[in-house]
Amino acid sequence: MSRVPVAGVGMTKFGKSGERTAREMFAEAAGKAYDDAGIAPDDVDEVYYGNFMGEIAEQQGHSGPLAADAAGVTAPATRIESACASSGSAVRHGVNRIRNGDVDVVLVGGAERMTNLSTPEGTAGLAAAADALWEIKAGVTFPGAYSLMANRYFHEHGGSREDLANIAVKNHDNAVENPLAQFQRAIEVDDVLEAPMVCSPFGLFDCSPMSDGGSAALLVSEDYADDHGLGPDVAIIGTGQNGDRLALQDRVSMTRTPAAERAAAQAYADAGIGPDDVDVAEVHDCFTIAEVLALEALGFYEQGEGIKAATNGDTTIDGELPVNLSGGLKAKGHPVGATGGAQISELTKLLRGDHVNSDAVADAQIGLTHNAGGTVASCVVNVLEVVA
Amino acid sequence: MSDDDRVRDNGYDDFLDAVEEGEPYYLESPSGNGWLPPRQMDPETGERELTQQSLPETGEILTSTITNVAGPSFADDAPFVVAVAQFGPVRITGQVRGMDHDDVDIGQEVTIGVGKNETEGERLVVFEPA
Repeated sequence: MSRVPVAGVGMTKFGKSGERTAREMFAEAAGKAYDDAGIAPDDVDEVYYGNFMGEIAEQQGHSGPLAADAAGVTAPATRIESACASSGSAVRHGVNRIRNGDVDVVLVGGAERMTNLSTPEGTAGLAAAADALWEIKAGVTFPGAYSLMANRYFHEHGGSREDLANIAVKNHDNAVENPLAQFQRAIEVDDVLEAPMVCSPFGLFDCSPMSDGGSAALLVSEDYADDHGLGPDVAIIGTGQNGDRLALQDRVSMTRTPAAERAAAQAYADAGIGPDDVDVAEVHDCFTIAEVLALEALGFYEQGEGIKAATNGDTTIDGELPVNLSGGLKAKGHPVGATGGAQISELTKLLRGDHVNSDAVADAQIGLTHNAGGTVASCVVNVLEVVA
Repeated sequence: MSDDDRVRDNGYDDFLDAVEEGEPYYLESPSGNGWLPPRQMDPETGERELTQQSLPETGEILTSTITNVAGPSFADDAPFVVAVAQFGPVRITGQVRGMDHDDVDIGQEVTIGVGKNETEGERLVVFEPA
């Protein structure tokens, strides 16, 4: 399939800014993307905007047109809601619209306002990504659902809380110099192990934080890029999306994520590559075990072996496959609707050389994003390549 | 909100009623796949002829977690243990009661019942040691 140039990217600093509306944060991210691309808002043909809990956090539904308006665009605009995979899916929609030849410029991304809610309110909001009848009514929270997966993983494959802690330590290390990350501070394994327990086996540092933020990218057709002399350095060359049953109890396995496996297979085939071709990856580490499940679903590790990747140094900044050089959701932050778009923003910068951690992957040609919704009932995988 | 005020959820509340009456069930498709209500069709096969079958009396815990940080609906309940247990062909999510939290383990045999959420008084699935 044809490649779709990423003409420009932008994101806000992720963190606690609960007074800022989602529309304001998306507009800031879009403004950065316009400046990065050298494209004016009136050239945008369509907008795909990721947002998950606007009704809960801001009493705001129907936010596609609102986000477009905030970004200075009058054009067809659609909100994409797919829990934490909302803006990854928004990116994929933009890619497909351009590939289809219907449009030349699409503004994609998302925003989420979360820290205006109390911790219990935010916990309840996030739990809405689970099955309302069979999980939420039993008291399942979002960390709780992943804890159920983690404890089953330990039972089937082994591994330890220390292995999970090494993932958190790695991702915090990567975020120290990232000015857009929520937590620009290193932590130690003992910090993770001794933190207050949220849901066994997860302490506070096994969990991504409540965050506010926005992300945006401008995707263009190759003809548009040529006609306007844009010459983007990075393009999306493959995309895949798949799904699974919402409730964990209805899955064949609680230690595999078939939606991610299928999305990855689709994206690899679309891009004409395999897992061995990937030089750097941004994966959905909403909880430490989630990074393990992602590495295995993406084909980087056999099932049961991903748990040791960070402990062994394979996925650290100087490892064979650096993962989450942005800091990941764990340290960069996780404003749910903005996360998939932020992965595109950070990976684009990493590949084209203007990210603080680009030197670690100076020779990288291919990068991959993995964006999951719920306990991976939704998953979007996008593949990016250096094309300059 | 009391149970009397709340609008019922078809399938889910029917299931809880059946558990309380000592006749829990699951839905089976012609292919033999088991599901919990509300289900109109087997997602594996698309078959629509689902019939009620008796749920086995005991199940086995497949995984569990002690939840310390809860949403507002369970604020007064925390800490509590959530588990997924296998009952014949279906898996069910519920809270484990009647034993120390730290003693709950994978492989534990449990029975199914209906309990009350302390915070809001709503019914929920509970498991107790068999």
